Amino acid sequence: MVLAARVCATLSKVSSTASRTDRNAAPALRLDNLYCERDDRVLFSGLSADIYCGDTVQIVGPNGAGKTSLIGLITGTGILDEGEIHWQGKPARGYHFYSNLLYLGHAPGVNISLTPLENLRWYFGLNGVKSENGSGILSDGKLLEALATVGLEDYDDVQCAHMSAGQQRRVALARLYLSQAPLWILDEPYTAIDTAGVAALEARFQEHVQSGGIIILTSHQSPKLNPLKMIDLANYQDSEFGKAETTLEAGADE
Amino acid sequence: MIELPGLGTVFGRTFQREFIMGFRNRGDLANPVIFFLCIAIFVPLGVSPDGKVLAVLAPGIIWIVALLATLLSLDRLFQSDFDDGCLQQVMVSGQPLYWIVMAKVLVHWLITGLPLTLLSPVLGLMMSLPAEGYWPMLVSLLLGTGSLSLIGAIGAALTVALRRGGLLLSLIIMPLYVPVLIFGSAVIRNAIEGFAVGGQIAVLAAFLVLSLLLAPLAAAGALRIGVQA
Amino acid sequence: MNWQWFYQLGSPKWFYQKTHYWQHWLGAFALMMLVVGAIWGLAFTPMDYKQGNSFRIIYVHVPASAVSLAGFYIMALAGAAGLIWRVKLQYTVMSVAAPIGAILTFLSLVTGAIWGKPTWGTYWQWDARITFTTVQFFLYLGIIALQQAYRNQNTADRACAMLALVGTVNIPIIYKSVDWWYTLHQPATLKLTEKSSIAPEMAYPLIWMILAYYICYVWLLISHTNAASLRRERKSSWVQALFSDRNATKVT
Repeated sequence: MVLAARVCATLSKVSSTASRTDRNAAPALRLDNLYCERDDRVLFSGLSADIYCGDTVQIVGPNGAGKTSLIGLITGTGILDEGEIHWQGKPARGYHFYSNLLYLGHAPGVNISLTPLENLRWYFGLNGVKSENGSGILSDGKLLEALATVGLEDYDDVQCAHMSAGQQRRVALARLYLSQAPLWILDEPYTAIDTAGVAALEARFQEHVQSGGIIILTSHQSPKLNPLKMIDLANYQDSEFGKAETTLEAGADE
Repeated sequence: MIELPGLGTVFGRTFQREFIMGFRNRGDLANPVIFFLCIAIFVPLGVSPDGKVLAVLAPGIIWIVALLATLLSLDRLFQSDFDDGCLQQVMVSGQPLYWIVMAKVLVHWLITGLPLTLLSPVLGLMMSLPAEGYWPMLVSLLLGTGSLSLIGAIGAALTVALRRGGLLLSLIIMPLYVPVLIFGSAVIRNAIEGFAVGGQIAVLAAFLVLSLLLAPLAAAGALRIGVQA
Repeated sequence: MNWQWFYQLGSPKWFYQKTHYWQHWLGAFALMMLVVGAIWGLAFTPMDYKQGNSFRIIYVHVPASAVSLAGFYIMALAGAAGLIWRVKLQYTVMSVAAPIGAILTFLSLVTGAIWGKPTWGTYWQWDARITFTTVQFFLYLGIIALQQAYRNQNTADRACAMLALVGTVNIPIIYKSVDWWYTLHQPATLKLTEKSSIAPEMAYPLIWMILAYYICYVWLLISHTNAASLRRERKSSWVQALFSDRNATKVT
């Protein structure tokens, strides 16, 4: 509980200058006392955080700290041994949660024998636009528009196998321009993207957050996003002795 | 309340995608069929070119070869989706995995089981299969290869997170193929010997129905385990 | 609160504390049962009028076949419990049941072959029972191989539990199929498995031996589960405490 309070305090401290949605509202996504171990090593424990609509949250930590594992726990592609995750007051699983989620993983989810257009057709066939106003199936015109936005206008009939790693990532990123899912969870979205691409992406992130969406991302860069909140995994590394003291010291440093 | 696309769209788009992928990788498509026909050369070379001997062996050989060809083609079933992250996307789409597995297996059968069945008369010819055996062979393979694809999908899903799962996949799946092999080859043999085969064909059909109901369920569970590895 | 006992059933620590004192006594008891049964069966049972003394191998063979098949179901049930309630202990039971079952199946095959030579003049005969047992052996081997292939313990456990369940659904189908296949191909000269008329003085030691095998199986399962639990939980505080205590007493 001490930990949970601390995260909220840190979160609100960082974001206090920015205009924001109602603080008193219930959190959209609530991480409660999460615990994760991998191959007998505790990656983090006692991780709690409340995430509200309009939040941009960066998960930070060195390599191997468990950033991708934490994302796995939230998206359900990992096993949650201890702790609870709630989306809008109910356990974050099943239709209730996934109909709100857009997830971009370490591997982009782009099949290389298919063209960008075919990849998007499949993706939106499964997901739809995830909008409150009905699940319209997107026309090819809309998909091509999104591909043009990520700079792939001449590639719609080229197999992804013939494209560079950055271009393949862009095929996956094209989803961000079509999906209206409220919750975006992005694992290293900047991987293999050039500087102009990063700037465009950040503009899109800003737009999403301003319309009340949530972004949770990992990145080794420091994204130029305001206001940016942090979940620093270093704070939740298991130290059996004097957890409270170390946390307090870290708080004092800030 | 946000709504996801309906089951029809999900099944249709997955089917469409798998079909395109199958035809983009034509090499993979032809391999099981070529393997199937290669054995037709091996058996006379290794056993005997005598038509009488081959005719005795034919029902069993045809079925064993169909089984091995299916096994060989199985390890790619979920592998590329696992490697490129598409399987994760399927998991977090909130759509029922059962029907997505079903669509994938259906395409797998259409591009391996069905061609094998259609080519089996060629193999029958090379193996001196008696004339009475052809129709029962086609029917038994049509029903049986469906079960083979479905049961095999469980093995493919269980080994999806392993780098080199091919041989292990065969090891864990082969015992489960025993009933299909027994009844499939029995259909052809009984037909040649002039017995009724309706009962055995009914059993094969029952295996297919059972596999349709249960195998995608087990494969979906196994895929979830693989992704959470 | 009343569910506390239920979750204890899934705790390796609880299981270890409850069983490790008497598991050795159980082992001793099982071995005693085996020895008594073996002496009874080998020395004090009349000779079979047709097969002579060679029939006595049934006291090793039949219980091994019975327990190895039951072991598959025990393994699958443990795996299912693990999948449903996500409990560690049941996974551990499942994972140790696989090698034990495989060894019993192998024992059944080997003793069957040894029995076959003097009785039917051949070590190997494609009879329904033998064929089914061989398939069952490969089912066990598949589970062990799958277990070895995964580096992550939890993934290995869950994948094996799934395979064990699939195998369990298939075992009756495989059994019936092989049985049917055998009637189709059965050579008229051989009639192997017709002996519902076993004399009581031969049957009692057999029942005794089956019981002894079951007790022995339970002992093996418990002791291997505890050993595996200690290995799996080596980083946990209760195992650490256990071994630091022992080291401490050794030093002093």
